[in-house]
Amino acid sequence: MSERRKRVIPGDVITSGSYRADQNTVLDGRLIVSTAVGVSEIVDDAVRVIPLTGKYMPRIDDMVVGKVTSHTSLAWELDINSCYVGFLPATDVFGRDFSARSDELASRLKRGDLVAARIANSDRSRDPLLTITDRDLGRIDSGELVKMSASKVPRLIGKRGTMIQMIETQTDSLITVGQNGWAVVACEDPNGLLKAKEAIAMVDRLAHTSNLTDRVREMLGGRS
Amino acid sequence: MGGRATDMVLLDENGIRCDGRRIDEPRSVSIKAGVLKNADGSAYIEFGDNKILAGVYGPRDIHPKHLSDADTGVLRCRYHMEPFSVTERKNPAPSRREIEISKVIKEALAPAVMLERFPRTVVDVYIEILQADGGSRCAALDAASVALADAGIPMRDMVSACAAGKVADTIVLDVNNEEDQAGQADMPIGYMPNLNRITLLQLDGVMSLDEYKQCIETGIRGCKLVYEIQKKALMEKYFDGEAEK
Repeated sequence: MSERRKRVIPGDVITSGSYRADQNTVLDGRLIVSTAVGVSEIVDDAVRVIPLTGKYMPRIDDMVVGKVTSHTSLAWELDINSCYVGFLPATDVFGRDFSARSDELASRLKRGDLVAARIANSDRSRDPLLTITDRDLGRIDSGELVKMSASKVPRLIGKRGTMIQMIETQTDSLITVGQNGWAVVACEDPNGLLKAKEAIAMVDRLAHTSNLTDRVREMLGGRS
Repeated sequence: MGGRATDMVLLDENGIRCDGRRIDEPRSVSIKAGVLKNADGSAYIEFGDNKILAGVYGPRDIHPKHLSDADTGVLRCRYHMEPFSVTERKNPAPSRREIEISKVIKEALAPAVMLERFPRTVVDVYIEILQADGGSRCAALDAASVALADAGIPMRDMVSACAAGKVADTIVLDVNNEEDQAGQADMPIGYMPNLNRITLLQLDGVMSLDEYKQCIETGIRGCKLVYEIQKKALMEKYFDGEAEK
């Protein structure tokens, strides 16, 4: 672990240098203090803490996996593993000529359906607004939902997607990962499905350790 | 307040207390983080003979809805003693004392927790006293603080708590049950060690201004000792107990 990376808990002083207090840190006078349990790092002029625990907080443009919980006549409500409910407006699915009178929302998305969506808007005053009008977004037809800690998703994806690609090729599966810590694993072969789920659980458990891609590959029985 | 009359020698001529400790020695403390699977964060503490479990949920949707605040999150706290936590069965219904302690723990945690980041939500802290032995509010606060950090709720600092008091005209650290009953004063202190701020200060008893100052200093020293144990508990859970590299 380099000198610039430290293991911190809330209240730990990371640095007193003139840096910008980024994610999970606060500026207290001249000190930059951690607000979470995690690993601190200094990148360029910013100090941030990569948390090891905590709920998902919606951010604009994040790709998330949601589960439909209910709908009104104008929008679906999705559980996005956050403290807020995601809203998917009906116009997003039916198009501009949506009519609340003639179009039935349940005909497109039912309760329990899994959806890959993007967060279109999110601020302090309202619940996050979702959209599925983009490539690779929309209802996920098959696969199994796997839950992990949202803070460890970057580790599952890996540098330029190396980790997730490796798991996909080794298990011959298709994995849709949401930034909110939910992933959907689709695989024809039940053994591959089990292996992929085990690999995700392993990343979740060992996210803070180094050389993880090789260890996961080893667990999956593959060669580098 | 002179405390209850007792035959017990609270402090002998060698400066040894009724349970064998020196005047500046706390009871043994051990904390384990993340002991409950179903809560978002949890901690178990043994503080002397106190055994306390804390569970944290949130931030999550608040019910009833009318309690929600559009500007900030809400912190709720419940301190509850099990019927078997004391020698005589305790009625499990919340007593006047438990309601008070729930309130002071909530107020002691509030300055540390950054609730303003989660408008319209709630963070619930549940504290169960499995076994009580004096100073349970401090131990409960210690456990709650570790459980909050374990739940990943943003905090400005940890909150550490320890009591100090006056026994046989002497300021002592970490008052136990006997000393609390028969001693002259008891002062629970909640403290944010990195920010150097006090979040809880109560005093039951009478002391002079000098004694009061000394008592606060003693209590803060105890809080700092507890803080190291809290830190160790979190490091053990998240970094397999490895020391910083």
